[in-house]
Amino acid sequence: MAETATSHTSARNHAEKDLAVRTSPASHLLEAFAAGSLAGTVELAELPYLTLLGVRAAAGTETADRLASVTGGLPAASGEIRGSGETSVLWLGPAEFLVVAPAEAHESLGGALIQALQSALADGEGQVVDLSANRTTFELTGPRARAVLEKGCSLDLHPREFKAGTAFSTMIGNIPAILWKTGEESFRVLPRASFADFLGRWLLDAMREYASAEVP
Amino acid sequence: MLLIPCPNCGPRDETEFHYGGQAHVPYPKDPAALNDREWAELLFYRDNPKGAFAERWVHSTGCRQWFNMLRDTVSYDIQAVYPTGAPRPDSATTTSASPEGAVQ
Ligand SMILES: [Zn+2]
Repeated sequence: MAETATSHTSARNHAEKDLAVRTSPASHLLEAFAAGSLAGTVELAELPYLTLLGVRAAAGTETADRLASVTGGLPAASGEIRGSGETSVLWLGPAEFLVVAPAEAHESLGGALIQALQSALADGEGQVVDLSANRTTFELTGPRARAVLEKGCSLDLHPREFKAGTAFSTMIGNIPAILWKTGEESFRVLPRASFADFLGRWLLDAMREYASAEVP
Repeated sequence: MLLIPCPNCGPRDETEFHYGGQAHVPYPKDPAALNDREWAELLFYRDNPKGAFAERWVHSTGCRQWFNMLRDTVSYDIQAVYPTGAPRPDSATTTSASPEGAVQ
């Protein structure tokens, strides 16, 4: 009993130590994001360390059904998002999905999502891969958020076309990224880690005119 | 800028795609039997029609899927988008009714 408690504590200490040394792809822009944001107009922040899992399985197969029962469904077409609770599944391709869950869902923090998906996959044709370090997440919010994105994204972002609760793989500021509309005035942008610095600065630059004093 | 109708994602900017060259170039049944000239033609020789051209495209920054497209090389009119492996659809009559050097 005492032994179990000790090993539990040491595992937690390990996790805490690991968390202290990890660095998110845009952590160096934390202050710049705060300085470049204007509450009530447009705000930018990094939402680091989300759990991201790459899932592949062909629609209609038993494997896909088993995976869907863990995630709360798999999207069937471009733009669709399925999921349950805090787990969202984004459509990346006809047989390719990105599972997005809070940081706590990651196994390093005691989460069991990847294990649950891997056991659902079992010997089936497909894959479940931990891609948490592959991308970071930016949150762009406010009434000017759409105008900022429209400077570098060719999708029709007008609300009559781009609905909250949908996500698309596309280009923003000339780099590939996933654009996820989480609310009427809130977006998540997921660039690959190596593009986080560029896209973070690009977004700041695009925000500048709105977050500056109006020229009379 | 072309607006390419991806069969999975709908119309997207050309910059989201990559070009894969001429479609319907069959891999030889017995590659070892090819002589140098035949290899060169398989690898490097492509049609260059004035008019409808069947070509391969991949939606690189979207669904990452390949598909075939029938595009008019004069007007850039996209006449058809169809799955890889499917036969080439009939091309519509275009600006270039009898294109010089076109594959019949
Ligand atoms: Zn596509």
